[in-house]
This record gives sequence, structure tokens and C-alpha cells, in this order.
Amino acid sequence: MSVSLSTDTDILREAEAWKRAGRGVAIATVVETWGSAPRPVGSHLVIDEEGNFLGSVSGGCVEGAVVSEAIDVIGSGKAKLLEFGVADETAWRVGLSCGGKIAVHVVKVA
Amino acid sequence: MDLSLLARLNEARAKREAIALVTALATGAARLVTREDVAGDLLAVELAEAFRTGKSMVVETPAGKAFINVHVPPVKLVIIGAVHISQALTEIARIAGLDSVVVDPRTAFATAERFPNARVIAEWPDVALPPLKLDHYTAFVALTHDPKIDDPAILHALAKGCFYIGALGSRKTHAKRLERLASAGVVDAALGAIHAPIGLDIGAVSPAEIAVSILGEIIATMREKRRA
Repeated sequence: MSVSLSTDTDILREAEAWKRAGRGVAIATVVETWGSAPRPVGSHLVIDEEGNFLGSVSGGCVEGAVVSEAIDVIGSGKAKLLEFGVADETAWRVGLSCGGKIAVHVVKVA
Repeated sequence: MDLSLLARLNEARAKREAIALVTALATGAARLVTREDVAGDLLAVELAEAFRTGKSMVVETPAGKAFINVHVPPVKLVIIGAVHISQALTEIARIAGLDSVVVDPRTAFATAERFPNARVIAEWPDVALPPLKLDHYTAFVALTHDPKIDDPAILHALAKGCFYIGALGSRKTHAKRLERLASAGVVDAALGAIHAPIGLDIGAVSPAEIAVSILGEIIATMREKRRA
């Protein structure tokens, strides 16, 4: 949920600042969750072309994989929809220890 | 997503404007929709739901799946009365991530020293409240016990559609308040939405305990509305 009482670092503001600073930037967003997903729909991760990132889409379980996919997205400019979950071992080597499943959408900031 | 779109999104969020980013999952093409634009939109039903509940979601469109990421402002807490309960309430509200404003025309009470965690306005509600732009994402609490101060403020909060309106006072005090508000023209449905006696029934006694019960009730109301 985008509305929250939390005082997380403002990821979208950071994404804008990174882009203005001349970095290649992608934003990853949790768009769907099933089961006990660690981060709610709407959670963001901002990634630059060197693999620096800020924010969280899973509390640490799949960030590594999202970051490497995001670097591809920054290169190609093409959006990607990634799915992670314990039930999906063949597609992705990383899983969520909590047993949930999440879909993460990655877009380049152009 | 274009940088200019991202900048507009961040600007709206900074101004406490509710806004939705609609992104086509296949292409990444994105657009912004404000609350005012919802009615004429292709996804009017889904967008209205997203703005009402504050929940982002994937929806089906004729052009494939899209993600509606709705950004509604963080909850703001407006407190009438710079009293002991307010001191505790602003403190725990800060921990919970709510921004608090305290309004009290009594300058002996309304001092910044007594409220390190809130903005303090030593004015009557009719002066202090309009610039604060109370809205759908505002929780409003009246704690002075003084109808001269509380009543006009409650009327203002009702008119602005605050999602939570709570007023301190016993059942008897509240019954009298309801009579006054009714004679001021407030309809029954609106009167029924006022939380009074204020706070969850946890047997709170001290000002700090009452503050906990009030914050708990605010959170319960917020989540209930968004679950609905």
C-alpha cells in the first residue's frame, strides 16, 4: 500500500535525484504479492547502472536478482516483469524464505 | 518512465495531492492520473477504488495488464487543545510516522516547549484551521473540553471530510455536544461518525494511556476504511 505510517527513505525522490545527477536509473516496483510476502504492493527499489540500490522489494530475499535484471533494463530500456517465489524454482534460482510469491516490475527512468 | 513524469509525481506527493501512476506492464508506458481526472478515465472504476482504499493493484485493460500505483498523502494529525493528552499523543504519533499539528488559542498552553514533536498554532480554530487544509487523509481530534474552542473546529473537520474525527468527553458531555452540532445544522450521519467517548476502550486512565487509545482508534479507522 502506498499510504503508510512508515517513514521509509523516499525512494522515488532518490530515483529522481539519481537521474538528475546523470546516473542510469531503473525503478523496481512490487506489483503483486501472493501469500506472506515481506513487502507490500507498491514497494520500490531504485537501482543505478553500477548496481547501487536503495529501498526494498522483499526484505533482502531477491534484491540481488532484481538488481542484475535492472541493470539489463537500464541497458535495453525495455520494461521487465519478474516473478519470484518458492514454487517457481525453474525460472528463478532465488526464492522467498517466507514461502510467499511476488511479481516485480522494472522500468528504466529515461 | 520519463524523468519529467517522475518529477511531476514527486511534486504532487510533496504537495499532499493524491495521484496515481498507471503503468502498462508489457511496455512500461506510464501516465499520471489525479483524483479530479478519474471520472473521465478508461479505468475510472479501478482508479476510484484505488484512491478510496489507498491500495495499489494490477488491473486488466483492453491493451493488457496495467499496474495502478496510487499515492495518497501520509496521514496528518490535527489536535485541538494543547493539553496533557496532546503532549503524549504528539509523541507517540511521531513514532508511528504521523505529522501532528496542535491548535489552541490559550497561549499559556500552546507553546513550542511543551510540544517538541508538533507544530503548535496559538490561534482560534477559525483562524488556524483553514490554512492547514484538512482533508480526507487527516485525523482530527478535539481535546479542550471547551465548546467555544472544540465545536467550531469539529464543524470544520466534518465539512472537510476528515477520515477520523474524535472528541474528548463523557457520554453526557457528548450528548450535549451532539445537540449543539445538530442545531448548527449537522446531519445525523455526520454526527454518528464522530468518535466519542474518544479512543479504543482499553480502560485508559492517564493522559498517556488515553493518547494510546486515541492513536489505536485512528489506526483502526484508517485500516478499516482501506480494507473496506
